[in-house]
Amino acid sequence: MNDTARFPELRHVPRPPAPSALSNALVFGWRAVLKFKHVPEQLFDLVMTPIMFTLLFTFVFGGALAGSPGTYLQVFLPGILVQTVVFNAVYSGMGLSTDLGKGLFDRFRSLPIWPLSPFAGLMVGDILRHLIAGGIILSIGLLLGYRPEAGIGGVIAAFALLVAIGFGMGWIFIVLGLLIRTPMTVMTIGFTVLFPLVFASNIMVAPETMPGWLRAFVEVNPVSLMTSAMRGLMGGGVTSRELLLALAAPIALTLVLAPVTLALYRRR
Amino acid sequence: MSRPHTPAIHARGLLKRFGEMRAVDGIDLDVPRGMIFAILGPNGAGKTTLMRMLATLASPDGGSASVLGHDLVSAPQAVRAGIAMTGQFASLDEDLTGRENLVLLARLWGFRGRTSRERADELLAAFDLSDAATKQVKDYSGGMRRRLDIAASLVVTPGVLFLDEPTTGLDPVARQSVWRMIRGLAGSGVTVLLTTQYLDEADQLAARIAVIDHGKKIAEGTSRELKVSVGSGFLHVALADPARIEEAAALLERRLQATVQRGVEGAMLSVVAKTSRDANEALAALLAAGIELADFSMGSPSLDEVFFALTGKKTS
Repeated sequence: MNDTARFPELRHVPRPPAPSALSNALVFGWRAVLKFKHVPEQLFDLVMTPIMFTLLFTFVFGGALAGSPGTYLQVFLPGILVQTVVFNAVYSGMGLSTDLGKGLFDRFRSLPIWPLSPFAGLMVGDILRHLIAGGIILSIGLLLGYRPEAGIGGVIAAFALLVAIGFGMGWIFIVLGLLIRTPMTVMTIGFTVLFPLVFASNIMVAPETMPGWLRAFVEVNPVSLMTSAMRGLMGGGVTSRELLLALAAPIALTLVLAPVTLALYRRR
Repeated sequence: MSRPHTPAIHARGLLKRFGEMRAVDGIDLDVPRGMIFAILGPNGAGKTTLMRMLATLASPDGGSASVLGHDLVSAPQAVRAGIAMTGQFASLDEDLTGRENLVLLARLWGFRGRTSRERADELLAAFDLSDAATKQVKDYSGGMRRRLDIAASLVVTPGVLFLDEPTTGLDPVARQSVWRMIRGLAGSGVTVLLTTQYLDEADQLAARIAVIDHGKKIAEGTSRELKVSVGSGFLHVALADPARIEEAAALLERRLQATVQRGVEGAMLSVVAKTSRDANEALAALLAAGIELADFSMGSPSLDEVFFALTGKKTS
């Protein structure tokens, strides 16, 4: 019988010196890493869709859109990396919604810790996810014949931008995760918003053939701006204007939604 | 951190609204240090909301309260430093192992490296979970989960431990084990505030009980005081002929001026009798009316009966 616990022997344990906010955040980052260890299959969900997109678009549409699959892949690959990171953000919102439903965050909220540290941990997990998924997609691209003309430096810079994009987009789904109780609804809303945003962009098709009203949208769509900067970084010839435009949305999202996140979290 | 001469919990007129509904409607509470205090009430009475406010998880819409001398609203971090809460739903990470869950919390409290692992192992041993230390929590049984959840609240010994329905959904053996755990904690000086909808749980564990219904405190005292406040006791009768139960109930209500409670099975009736003389006269009246009794007894009321008398509702 599991009934021999020696509770009266529990000694009085005083609180150690309070840890720093950074230390709290790192502990939550460690939790994200443990999740990868225990639930490696989550990576499967993350990379299967982009792998399928890469293969289908390159070989089915590539010839028609760009003359040959190889030519198309040169343009498409930086864009599919943006798409991967943007879609991945949805999963972190679902994860948060799941955590909240189970009462785990009640425990975190009743601890004397830096209130935003659980979210910092989510972000660490997200960044790891973006890097792993991005690395897998890039490897497949390289196997299929993609060549980053800007070399390894360009790829590293592009991945840094990718992490910034993921960080910015992550706030949207953290807010959704806090507002919506069911993880499935977070996913449905997420993809409902993201599908038009990703398809009505310059990721898959050059906007020249689209009707004027749509082209006007595509040109200011943050996803297009991010994709242009990614192409510039990986293929060479990026301008600082392109970089600033690509970073505008992630920076704006962080500035607006980080305080919203804190307010929602406190209010719950 | 905590100020030693203040009560563990001191609340005045605590109020929480959800839309139009007042989930907690002006509750006063005084819990001295080191006591096991039970909040008893049916589902939806406001117990959990009250506890969530005291644990800084929900902000009050009115009234004021302090925990260990720190105000809930103006010093929530100081409150958090002295409390721990085990909610109704396991507040554990299912994907992580039991040990990882405890190490995670130990590190959040500020234990470093090896110390955090030692603290985790010490708790696992104390709660008889060493064998399951490296299993993921999703493979734990209900009782194991609850033990780990309570262990997770004890990484640093709290001044006040909040337990929201600590034995709901547990089998009798696991329930006994949690009870022993709670008594042990109180013995070592931890103030325990628990909610329960089980009267026997409040009766068994708590030094004082507050009865809550519709967001209001309707009674408070020791288990004995609550029983006395209802009356000297209950008269229970079992009829030989179940067909005459309505007639007998009407007669008892008329003679004793109290609502008659019908038993769960067969021809059982229970009613408050202010004095034993009243009870005797009521029995005599039944016999005079030709209603034959299979059995009768006088008893001090159980908490179930207290609850019924206070709220007019059955608990189960």
